[in-house]
Amino acid sequence: MAVNVTINGVERSIDTDPETPLLWVLRDELKMTGTKFGCGIAQCGACTVHLDGYPTRSCQTYLSDVEGASITTIEGVEGKAAEAVRAAWRELDVPQCGYCQSGQILAATALLTETPKPSDEDIDAAMDGNVCRCATYVRIRAAIHRAAETMEG
Amino acid sequence: MLHLLDKPLAAAKPSRRSFLKLSAGAAGGLLIGLNMPYGSGAAKAAEGTAEFAQPFVHIRPDNKVVVISKHLDKGQGAATGLATLVADELDADRAQVEVEFAPSNPEVYKNLLFGLQGTGGSTAIANSFLQYREAGAAAKAMLVAAAAKQWEVDPASVTVEKGMVKHGSGKQATFGELAGAAALQDVPEKPKLKSPDEWVYIGKSFPRVDTKMKTVGAPSTYGMDVQHENMLVAVLARPPKFGSVPKTFDASEAKKVKGVIDVISVPSGVAVLAESTWPAIKARDLVEVEWDESAAETRSSSEMLADLKSMTGEPGLEAHVHGDAEAGLANAAKIVEADYTFPFLAHAPMEPLDATILFDGKSATVWTGSQLQTIDHNVTAGVLGLSPENVKIETLWAGGSFGRRAQPDSHPVAEAAHLAKAWADAGNAPRPIKVVWTREDDIKGGYYRPMVAHKVRVGLDADGNPLGWHHRVASKSILIGSPFEQFLVKEGVDETTAEGVTDMTYTVPGIRVEVHNAKTAVPVLWWRSVGHTHTAYVMETMIDRLAREAGKDPVDYRMALLKDDPRKLGVLKLAAEKAGWGDPLPQGRYRGVAVQKSFNTYVAEVAEISFREDGTVKVEKVTCAADCGIPVNPDNIRAQVEGAVGYGLGAILRNEITLTDGEVDQANFDTYLPIRISDMPQVEVHIVPSTEAPTGIGEPGTPPVGPAVANAIAAAKGEWVSELPLSKHGLA
Ligand code: FES
Ligand code: FES
Repeated sequence: MAVNVTINGVERSIDTDPETPLLWVLRDELKMTGTKFGCGIAQCGACTVHLDGYPTRSCQTYLSDVEGASITTIEGVEGKAAEAVRAAWRELDVPQCGYCQSGQILAATALLTETPKPSDEDIDAAMDGNVCRCATYVRIRAAIHRAAETMEG
Repeated sequence: MLHLLDKPLAAAKPSRRSFLKLSAGAAGGLLIGLNMPYGSGAAKAAEGTAEFAQPFVHIRPDNKVVVISKHLDKGQGAATGLATLVADELDADRAQVEVEFAPSNPEVYKNLLFGLQGTGGSTAIANSFLQYREAGAAAKAMLVAAAAKQWEVDPASVTVEKGMVKHGSGKQATFGELAGAAALQDVPEKPKLKSPDEWVYIGKSFPRVDTKMKTVGAPSTYGMDVQHENMLVAVLARPPKFGSVPKTFDASEAKKVKGVIDVISVPSGVAVLAESTWPAIKARDLVEVEWDESAAETRSSSEMLADLKSMTGEPGLEAHVHGDAEAGLANAAKIVEADYTFPFLAHAPMEPLDATILFDGKSATVWTGSQLQTIDHNVTAGVLGLSPENVKIETLWAGGSFGRRAQPDSHPVAEAAHLAKAWADAGNAPRPIKVVWTREDDIKGGYYRPMVAHKVRVGLDADGNPLGWHHRVASKSILIGSPFEQFLVKEGVDETTAEGVTDMTYTVPGIRVEVHNAKTAVPVLWWRSVGHTHTAYVMETMIDRLAREAGKDPVDYRMALLKDDPRKLGVLKLAAEKAGWGDPLPQGRYRGVAVQKSFNTYVAEVAEISFREDGTVKVEKVTCAADCGIPVNPDNIRAQVEGAVGYGLGAILRNEITLTDGEVDQANFDTYLPIRISDMPQVEVHIVPSTEAPTGIGEPGTPPVGPAVANAIAAAKGEWVSELPLSKHGLA
């Protein structure tokens, strides 16, 4: 049976095995490859999307779980926080290999939406699930602070 | 990674050919590069046609400057580095510059330090520094000549600034407007290069070319993202023990999974081919394989480590001798001895491995984050029985490597080729096949930083100065049996095994370094900074021990012994000064220092640590000083050192691959714990101004962090950790 879900504002009806992780629905069925596969077990955050606004690991979210939900991916995330995050990421040249950065940007956007002026502890708490093997953490932290500044201004 | 830069290979003398203008074909514009098809069968007649143009720079009619990167960019910034070089000589505007990866063609795109097309050993900028500037300078000269002709003025009176060609009369034109006419000009034989005071980007600022696409989830960025019409995805059941091969298998359950097309055995495992990734992953676990384990490694890592340790008790192969170490030890007032052990480490790049192949019986194309294109190319041709001109390697951006993608045996591409061949041999119509490695495949898949043991004895005189240094290293060789053996293995000694010890520059009258080559079926590989991952730890904690014995400050003690190494001294001084070495620390804070030269780059780091309530180490801050010659892109140098500090720190904190009866105990990021943002210290990077030729920066920030932290721990506790990782001792 098809599952109805809104992805980046577009309503979709997806007819595939409902036990397929959302990650692979996005990447293989919809060819939206911005959401990354890093571990498959909710340990790295590379697959982070927003599910009804909350940062969620799409590798451990099944198609059957998202009936009627609204999903936002890196390809579609927008709004004040997302724009501030992207601008700060570019200003500070945060990405190295970049493979984790879709997930980092979605996690940071969710953080700043909830907490517009996060402390370092807030950042640790919100971002600890997002692994960056290039260890761009120094710049991720700086860019979140920078984005918070620009959102104020 | 590859470590050819330290060696004066014949190939290290850049043997470059002069650039030619090439036919741009339908694309139009100015194309500068070379024109040498790869493969003997390629028709001579085809030379000069657009099809065989192998450009370095393409100035397009739409005013884009496309720099063709012969190097893989796996995050280290090589693409931006090469773009910086071209844009500077060309006086292009930053916004008009784009980068594409070069096709595989060792004749044209060889790494001038390797003699084949490939990236590693922190050589990308070092080997390209002249070549890419000359390409930019040649293009600029042709644009200027074209403008001068059009405007009927003296070329000497034409200037170029930020992508505009100008004349005092007020005439001006964009590169795009002039590109067609420029293509009719002669290519200068020896294009005149700028002097350093004329540089506009080099040593200044040139933001990354790939940031934007990496913040929007752009399609087709990485190998993992490859999507083709009709593509199959393959996930393999891989041997649980290294060195075993599939004997028989039962795929009846696997084949019941919807979307599974076939299950095929190849030398490296049993592949499930499916219409998409998820069914392939799911069905892979359902394949029952019987493995032939006759050649498998069945020892546990504890036994392997015990074997390495006992090897260091016996004389080994001579790797370096200077003066008389034994005499120095015999005459010593005091002898300091230590044994060290280091575990296997996985690279765990964020993007697991992958390779996509399309083989139609006559030709093949491979899409992957290819790091050694020439080897990937030749291995594909070999497996498929094709001649090189019928193989294409399409390099994509790579989601990290840290050495993992620089495979001297090209095993992921070889595997894809075997699979494509088996698919074709079974009479199937050609379909693209993407081989996907899961994280479990990656962590369990071998090609680790070798497990290593060191035994060191140093004799000190009455003042605490070293007289004799005796050092043994036991490890499986990375290079024996690889195509690099002929260059880097001498009389059984793999120079990467003890690099960083053999080239020590501390003043010691007698030095003797020996190595043992251990045997195991566990495949090993270079891991960000190769031998320096362990040698820097041993050297720099030993020096700290000696300073303690001598009753001297660790920085002063090093300085006195580094009189003959001004660049090492330079970074040590700078890092110490910036870290406030010697200034009083707040209660509960401790400092440690380390300095290492690797890949001809000098890096010193001062770590400042505290302890959490549970006794684990919190690294608060790392202050770094780096000397990599002319700093081509200072912000990228800072970024690479920041990342290298995190990468090295993550490994010493908690990372080890262990085996029980030959099977790897770790599987994913829940058991091989990566460094996270809450572990990450503040990192400050200071760059030494220099006019020396540029050297690499991808790796050299990694070696000093481990010993700097260990020395800080010793400052607090009086003892040096000699068995890594720190988590073994309740410190992480
Ligand atoms: S892929 Fe989902 S958390 Fe790693
Ligand atoms: S930028 Fe490479 S993993 Fe984060």
